[in-house]
Amino acid sequence: MAELNMAEAINLALKQEMEKDDNVYVLGEDVGVDGGVFRVTDGLLKQFGEDRVMDTPLAEAAIVGMSVGMAMAGLRPVCELQFSGFSYFAFHQLEGQAARMRWRSRGSYHVPMVCRIPYGGGVRALEHHSESREAYYAHTPGLKVVIPSGPRNARALLLSAIRDPDPVIFLEPKAMYRAFREEVPDEEETLPIGESQVARKGDDLTMITYGAMTQHTLEAADKLSDEDGIEAEVIDLLSVSPLDDRKFTESVRKTGRVVVVHEAHRSFGPGAEIISRINEKSFYYLEAPVQRVTGYDVIIPYFAREKAYIPDVDRIVAGARQAMND
Amino acid sequence: MPRKKVRLEHAVEYLSILDKQGKPDKDLDPKIDKDTLLRMHRTMLLSRRFDEYQLRWQKQGRIGTFAPAKGQEASQIGSIAAVEDDDWMVPSFRETSVALWRGTPMTGLLLYNAGYNEGGQIPEGQRDLPISIPVASQMNEAVGIAYAMKMQKKDRLVMSYFGDGATSEGDFHEALNFAQAFKTPNVFICQNNQWAISVPRDQQTPSKTLVQKALAYGMPGIQVDGNDPLAVYAATREAAERARKGDGPTLIECITYRLSVHTTADDPGKYRDEEEEERWQEWDPIPRFQHYLNNHKVLRKKDIETLEKEIDEEVKSAWDDAEEQMKSLDDPLVMFDHLFEERPAYLEEQRQAMKQYREDHNG
Repeated sequence: MAELNMAEAINLALKQEMEKDDNVYVLGEDVGVDGGVFRVTDGLLKQFGEDRVMDTPLAEAAIVGMSVGMAMAGLRPVCELQFSGFSYFAFHQLEGQAARMRWRSRGSYHVPMVCRIPYGGGVRALEHHSESREAYYAHTPGLKVVIPSGPRNARALLLSAIRDPDPVIFLEPKAMYRAFREEVPDEEETLPIGESQVARKGDDLTMITYGAMTQHTLEAADKLSDEDGIEAEVIDLLSVSPLDDRKFTESVRKTGRVVVVHEAHRSFGPGAEIISRINEKSFYYLEAPVQRVTGYDVIIPYFAREKAYIPDVDRIVAGARQAMND
Repeated sequence: MPRKKVRLEHAVEYLSILDKQGKPDKDLDPKIDKDTLLRMHRTMLLSRRFDEYQLRWQKQGRIGTFAPAKGQEASQIGSIAAVEDDDWMVPSFRETSVALWRGTPMTGLLLYNAGYNEGGQIPEGQRDLPISIPVASQMNEAVGIAYAMKMQKKDRLVMSYFGDGATSEGDFHEALNFAQAFKTPNVFICQNNQWAISVPRDQQTPSKTLVQKALAYGMPGIQVDGNDPLAVYAATREAAERARKGDGPTLIECITYRLSVHTTADDPGKYRDEEEEERWQEWDPIPRFQHYLNNHKVLRKKDIETLEKEIDEEVKSAWDDAEEQMKSLDDPLVMFDHLFEERPAYLEEQRQAMKQYREDHNG
């Protein structure tokens, strides 16, 4: 058991799975000698050599397309796209090939690959380095979209993603890479893809979130408890697709009040799907309109103003109070 | 049927005019007029000092991540000085020297690097595109603009900048192919600075040169000493004439070196040795150019000292201006501006909600 940050925990998952399974390969820009721009793949080149830890030329489409081919032919590639803002260079490979190969070949082939992509704001980065566009991928049939919120679940989810028989988009909230440390067991631990977790128990209000927003939402829940005596239940989705609606349905039916929190744009964001599921399954249990605390429908501003874009504890608390008072 | 040979032209030229000490090959010297030489030198020096100050300010947290141009001033200035002000310029993200040559104020660049979208605004009259970060993504726009110039019968060409890493991207190949297919007036400036973050040039592509990629598209190309402003100038001049005559695009590979970090978020100590940096330091384009100017009595040592002082003041006062401007830029509501010509109702609603929230929470 060691105290790891999320970057180290993901590194541990890669290292252990590469030790265990010779078919696991890592490829991407600067993942070898440099250890990745966030140092997530640090040390892997030294341990596993350049055949399995590939510093590729600068070409996202080729990185993903090559991974699809490797996966179809029996390997387990884990490719890294440096920032989500550059992943669109490879979108046609993800949408047109990775997501469709099983379907198109009527099950003759499948694509057991993971595409790791740092995403989200909050690190004072340049343009194209702060977006949360998970909806693009979640909206694509044939892709699974997994988003950890901290070191321990990141490690456990990545192991499951590598072992998954289908392509997994593994979005890493970059603001969480070094945000906090957590006990991560040395021995192998997995979490099922498509299952959410109750991150905090409560009876008054349901807060549904994921990724970097989980920490903010937990803080907001504590504040609501201290200042308003409201006990919120916080659901950490962990997978955006497949979306696990069982846990939040249970919670919503208990509390009748809901706030959904995400960093992604508001319109057509994951919140829209979550709230549709609530309408479909729990409409008559609701005591008030469901609130959304989200990014705005604008391109995330350059970093001097990004704080005003990204939901913070105060905005989440305000959204929660609205859900309680309506 | 026997196998036959398909004849292909494979030779590419390499052009260098100044030697290591800044002595020119007299036959090749493009004989640039004195005012232009002085302006080229001044802008290169300004770009260098501006980078150095910005590195300091970045460490102090006054500005954010940025990509220094250090070492590439000759590739940038040699090329942009060879075309006209009303030609177009399509940058990637490291073209500080070019931006300064084109008249972009340092205050604007500082605002950009300090995280204010206002820094992206193009100064009135400049035909420059804003910084484009995703590698090679801007190259097809350069071709589109060039095609529009051709259709509108405007005698304007399009300069487009990118690095060695860009030549691996599909967008690079698509742009080159389109440009040659439609014979557009493009000049493609590849600044081969030897490193794409941690990936060295040899690992980027097994091709012997980058310029030979032009040959695959039937496009002329030339490799030049990118730390020699005269060679870059002469090659660009030729390419520009070709473009203006309607003979289509050219790829110029400038052999240069990134003397500093990829961006301030990068640590080159992780992947390259100092010896290599020192070797390239000897080819630093600024002293080489200064030797040339000095030998040709265009610029004396004393002039350089005066100029250094002037530039120092200029950079510092640019920061003062930028800092002053930042004071009035704290309103986040501007994030709702410039998305569409007219703001749709749903966005106005979100804007009002943010405004209300900020009033209620003393934002």
